[in-house]
Amino acid sequence: METTIIEKDKNRSILMTDTDYEVRSLDTLCINDSHIQHKWYHNIKYALVGIIFGITFTKAEVISWFRIQEMFRLQSFHMYGIIGTAVIIAMISVWLIKKFNIKTIYGEEIEFHPKKFNKGQIIGGLIFGFGWAMTGACPGPIFAQIGTGALVAIVVLLSAIAGTWTYGYFREKLPH
Amino acid sequence: MIELLKQPWPWYVAGAIVGLTVPALLILGNKHFGISANFRHACAACLPANIKFFKYDWKKEVWNLFFVGGIIIGAFIASHFLSNPAPIQVNPKLVEELKDYGINDYSKLLPSEIYNFKSLLSLRGLILLVGGGFLVGFGARYAGGCTSGHSIMGLSNLQKPSLIATISFMVGGFIMANLLLPIIMKL
Repeated sequence: METTIIEKDKNRSILMTDTDYEVRSLDTLCINDSHIQHKWYHNIKYALVGIIFGITFTKAEVISWFRIQEMFRLQSFHMYGIIGTAVIIAMISVWLIKKFNIKTIYGEEIEFHPKKFNKGQIIGGLIFGFGWAMTGACPGPIFAQIGTGALVAIVVLLSAIAGTWTYGYFREKLPH
Repeated sequence: MIELLKQPWPWYVAGAIVGLTVPALLILGNKHFGISANFRHACAACLPANIKFFKYDWKKEVWNLFFVGGIIIGAFIASHFLSNPAPIQVNPKLVEELKDYGINDYSKLLPSEIYNFKSLLSLRGLILLVGGGFLVGFGARYAGGCTSGHSIMGLSNLQKPSLIATISFMVGGFIMANLLLPIIMKL
């Protein structure tokens, strides 16, 4: 009796670890798994990148509701310039990383995963666009707005998390 | 130098820094730039509710929570130590349109008429902030990513699904801003 329970538990834990990769790879953007175990403070370097990113977003007014309204009315080049430059710089960087097989600072191979097309990119994309124009913020700016002291953006953030949860709840029933 | 930093940053400076975030995260630890994934991690951490989509080891993604924590700190630094007291410069056509909706405060990056707790009690504020936030979270996950994951990370890796998503984001935004928002703003 006891052995069967242990047996069952063992199976479950195997199942858990297997589905973990499968579920994360559905569309969590980062599924790269480092094989090196790091202490928590290794994450501080990502916070530093985030700080530079947050300062830039705020100083370039990317987090401004007004700038997003201008963008969607074709009244300003500013946002197009930022997104366009960012894409070009990132594209060249990714090309260089692949071309010269650049490794991470820990010497690990940098991995890229192809994305698969599904209808969600169109339907979800349109829904996202609606929300973007209403709040004047995509996910990054929501966090930055909170940092500038616009605390009501916490409500926007909680609502966005609720939206994500609702998507997860109905995921199987939605067209993909 | 500090005076220069206090001015609004031009698009090419901001664009270059945002673009360099992609290789920075890759080289620092094989991480893919994507901010909306954090909403999912929040669900997985706080209320997975036995939903398969939220049953994964979110602790492996903790770096991303550090990253957005950094964004909050960065925005705090920019708005407290590098802030520019001048009102935001907006296209006069937009000023004209927003006047109709009772929006006249350009002293901050966000219109104070919408972005305050009191406005949550009005139908307009509730739809824009709570409804809009919900659509951002729902749509981003449905699309498999947001502006960072698709439009910057995905496009830089030449992914066609990301191009489709990016076009959809823009089409949705254009429809909302030009056709639906004029109705919502008058509520």
